[in-house]
Amino acid sequence: MPETILELQDLKTHFPIYKGVLLKREIGKVKAVDGVNLKVEQGEVLGLVGESGCGKSTLARTVMQLVHTTAGNVELEGRNLTHSSPAEMLEIRRDLQMIFQDPYASLNPRSTVFATLAEPLLVHKVCTQKEVHARVGELMETVGLAPRFMQKYPHEFSGGQRQRIAIARALALRPKVVLADEPVSALDVSIQAQILNLLAELVKKMGLSLIFIAHDLSVVKHISDRVAVMYLGKIVELGTAEQVIENPIHPYTKALVSAIPTANPDDERNRKRIMLPGDPPSPINPPAGCAFHPRCPYATDECKATVPALETFAEREVSCLRKADI
Amino acid sequence: MSLLSVQDLRTYFHTRNGIYRAVDGVSFDLDAGETLGIVGESGSGKSVTCYSLMGLIPSPPGRIESGKALFDGVDLLNCTPKEARSIRGKRISMIFQDPMTSLNPYMRISDQLIEPLMIHEDITKADALKRALEMLDAVGINDASSRIHYYPHEFSGGMRQRVMIAMALITKPELLIADEPTTALDVTVQAQILELIQKMQQEIGMGVIFITHDLGVVSGLCDRVQVMYGGRIVETADTRSLFYHPKHPYTRALQKSIPSMQPKGTELYTIEGLPPDVSKPQAGCSFAPRCEFANEGCTSDRKPELQDINETHRQSCLRVQSGEL
Repeated sequence: MPETILELQDLKTHFPIYKGVLLKREIGKVKAVDGVNLKVEQGEVLGLVGESGCGKSTLARTVMQLVHTTAGNVELEGRNLTHSSPAEMLEIRRDLQMIFQDPYASLNPRSTVFATLAEPLLVHKVCTQKEVHARVGELMETVGLAPRFMQKYPHEFSGGQRQRIAIARALALRPKVVLADEPVSALDVSIQAQILNLLAELVKKMGLSLIFIAHDLSVVKHISDRVAVMYLGKIVELGTAEQVIENPIHPYTKALVSAIPTANPDDERNRKRIMLPGDPPSPINPPAGCAFHPRCPYATDECKATVPALETFAEREVSCLRKADI
Repeated sequence: MSLLSVQDLRTYFHTRNGIYRAVDGVSFDLDAGETLGIVGESGSGKSVTCYSLMGLIPSPPGRIESGKALFDGVDLLNCTPKEARSIRGKRISMIFQDPMTSLNPYMRISDQLIEPLMIHEDITKADALKRALEMLDAVGINDASSRIHYYPHEFSGGMRQRVMIAMALITKPELLIADEPTTALDVTVQAQILELIQKMQQEIGMGVIFITHDLGVVSGLCDRVQVMYGGRIVETADTRSLFYHPKHPYTRALQKSIPSMQPKGTELYTIEGLPPDVSKPQAGCSFAPRCEFANEGCTSDRKPELQDINETHRQSCLRVQSGEL
């Protein structure tokens, strides 16, 4: 039985909206993450998908404690992150690292690769000044970069190589959990495949747990063991990658899967797409009942009133009132 | 008689760091009512090709070195500014990638929508507004009569792209150039926009050039696809041939590297190396350094040219041409 390494309990992140300058008052809340329960096991890859604005990036930032948690708990190996002091947090961050979407923006343009990779090693006193050079070289080799590029600056690298540097930086402290927020969506198809292979290899070799956030379902399906689908701050479906993507149950997952274009002209022309009307609703004022009901082809009056809970159904978890009928 | 005929287009950028041969000898034809997909990685020259046609290349540093682009008898690359103005925005329209930045944030949607009509047609403002309303309805914006006076920031990304499409199509153009129109959008919204472009194409009967890096989008939408690499077309074919019988090693590799085409859990097929640096001209085939089939002949002085496989299918790999692959 694999061990649970990271656990989110009813996690909520709300951003208040203010109006007025002198008499500032709160006029509402953006409920970016609104009650997420999730367990991540050691060595597993959990894919997190959803449209923009569904809260998947905020969820990652909340786990990293980069934004303030409104309610709920984040536990990493029994240590509670939401109530940790800054000193404890520094210790915890060794085990919890993040890779960001845009490798052009997430690396300091004024730091050489060596400086970027040496910083975490020295801050956390993983090795001495003397060993640092060798350790950075090792790290670069792990991610497929030649150590002779150590003194180069980020602008001298291509997008794919920069993402390798960002991955090396995240791995410098041998973390237990890595959160990757759309790590390949800024890259070209051929480079994307290289980075996906690298991540899959590192997960296997280092026994990492990876939370892989993306909007591209085919990428997520390839790399993930389990997939969680988010809509408006909540998880609507959670199960193994095959179950969720090949045989979705929640109407939103169904629509999402049917919207992915495939590189197969005959399938593409004969396929029945589920067209969702409109855009995702605003998380400031989410619809009552099931948040998906205004766009759902199966919605009934009950869906407009009752908030569905995430329940086990057909070997996965789904939050849909009509899961058995559709 | 084709609607647009591009012959040997070369667009170079002369910079301090050297000459970037962004488009280096591209020729293609487009028939009226046809949808042509142009696929390629970033830097392959697909956008610059279309920007050249529209006269949107910043000069300096950009320069169109040679080539012709005949649109209904007029050479778009060598016509008077007046001729260009009478075609651009009226008979040829363009949609850009990012709907967030391609609308003017200071202008109401209504004013932006009627601008092409006011410029190109002898029409009163009231009539133009009526046409604009019809167009907004046609692209699926509900409650158009009140929303037409909104500013761009009051619309979501998908809605803004609809407004862009309405603006591009309001003059009923004969050719629409769409430069990655769905790349910045979510998949569910992307599906809506693609369906809309198809619907409008059937109504107006225009030709479409659809630029994208996503092979999946092309497969459902386009009649014909051409693949670009390093500023040149490496393969062009009708969509079914290109997807089911790709010939050029680059097209094959590109298809193989799509995650959904491969069994799960195995290592993904990758194209080694990096896209070519178009500022450093390279002898022979520009894909040769990354190609698993390349031999000495591929890096000799001979530039590979497109050659017919059959009526609709042409490709430029030397080894395929000589029958070795």
